[in-house]
Amino acid sequence: MKKIEILGMGCTRCNQLADRTREAVKELGVEAEVIKVQDIKTITNYGVLVTPALVVDGVVKIAGKVPKSEEIKKWLEEERK
Amino acid sequence: MLTLLIQGGMDAFLDYLSAHVLACLVPAFFIAGAIGVFVSQASVIKYFGAEAKRILSYSVASISGTVLAVCSCTVLPLFSGIYQRGAGVGPATAFLYSGPAINILAIVYSARLLGLDLGTGRVVGAILFSIIIGLIMAFLFRKEEKQKVKQALDLGIPEGGKRGYALLIYFASLIGILVFASQKQWILTGISFIVLFSALRVWYSKEEIKEWLLATWGFVKLITPWLLLGVFVAGMIKTLIPETLIQQWLGGNSLQSNLIASVFGALMYFATLTEVPIVKAFLDMGMGRGPALALLLAGPALSLPSMIVIVRVMGAKKAFTYIGLVVIMATATGMMFGHFFT
Repeated sequence: MKKIEILGMGCTRCNQLADRTREAVKELGVEAEVIKVQDIKTITNYGVLVTPALVVDGVVKIAGKVPKSEEIKKWLEEERK
Repeated sequence: MLTLLIQGGMDAFLDYLSAHVLACLVPAFFIAGAIGVFVSQASVIKYFGAEAKRILSYSVASISGTVLAVCSCTVLPLFSGIYQRGAGVGPATAFLYSGPAINILAIVYSARLLGLDLGTGRVVGAILFSIIIGLIMAFLFRKEEKQKVKQALDLGIPEGGKRGYALLIYFASLIGILVFASQKQWILTGISFIVLFSALRVWYSKEEIKEWLLATWGFVKLITPWLLLGVFVAGMIKTLIPETLIQQWLGGNSLQSNLIASVFGALMYFATLTEVPIVKAFLDMGMGRGPALALLLAGPALSLPSMIVIVRVMGAKKAFTYIGLVVIMATATGMMFGHFFT
């Protein structure tokens, strides 16, 4: 079971990232839970300065940018190996 | 009563659409999109690290809002990060104060709608006073700052963005279009367009241009609904609040009107850019230009929801010191401005 976190304080781009990630999870059929993290202290503790950010199993994959669906899928897959 | 209110809102709304006021924002949206895609955020953020030179941190903090704060929701996480893991309380508060006021859309829109003097006053006031507020904060809390363990900033941001001539000429032509079109210098606007298209052809790939257009459209979608709502609310304010009340409380350039304007601005929540049409409505009803600037400075920098986050990040003592400083500085800047420009 993977833990995927979307960091962001409720801006449009964060919702966009969350939607794309959920889609990617569904398409790949990975077992994962997608959580939105809005608490500013948690966000800062990840060392993330620019939201939205994507965290997979505690590792920050990208910050400040909404990645393409293929990129998200790549991150989800490489962790599975 | 209700129909009157809605009528007022609709009038303002139609007025705007017919006066092409929003047209001035079109080039600005393209510039905002370009900043988001082609300027490397990492190259700016490295100056907020714990190891960065102080003078650099403060200067970058005071002006980097143009690059980093195109969307108001990015300001708070950055502030929290700079405060806890980076350059500390001074640069963090400097960024928090100036960030929302100096993004490209806010500058263009304020200058166009409220006049060049208020537009410029807003930029200069935000930059100068953010540094002063930052320095005061750093001085007041210098002991606590020393005890803080410095952690390295893990950026997690892809480097990238374009560099050098390609970027410079591209941005210069965009700004050229913005400035010349607003002056109705059509020949120069045309030349800027030609430069822009040649620059895009020579240095930029199709993929990059597409990304830029998508980012631009993203900003339009994000900001326009809020802006139209702001225009509507401003129209309702005009019908709802009697002019005499505005003149009495916010007219002239007294300490009282500047203070009321800045406290009101600090408490109210303004979504991106909505402060501009609302201040415009107040101005039409007899608000002084000094108080108008005070509201513009305190408004986007603070709101009740952002205060809650600030308290959570810095603790009550520092947060309230900061809030107090913002109100005082905005009031003082408003009074100075009103003194020289009325």
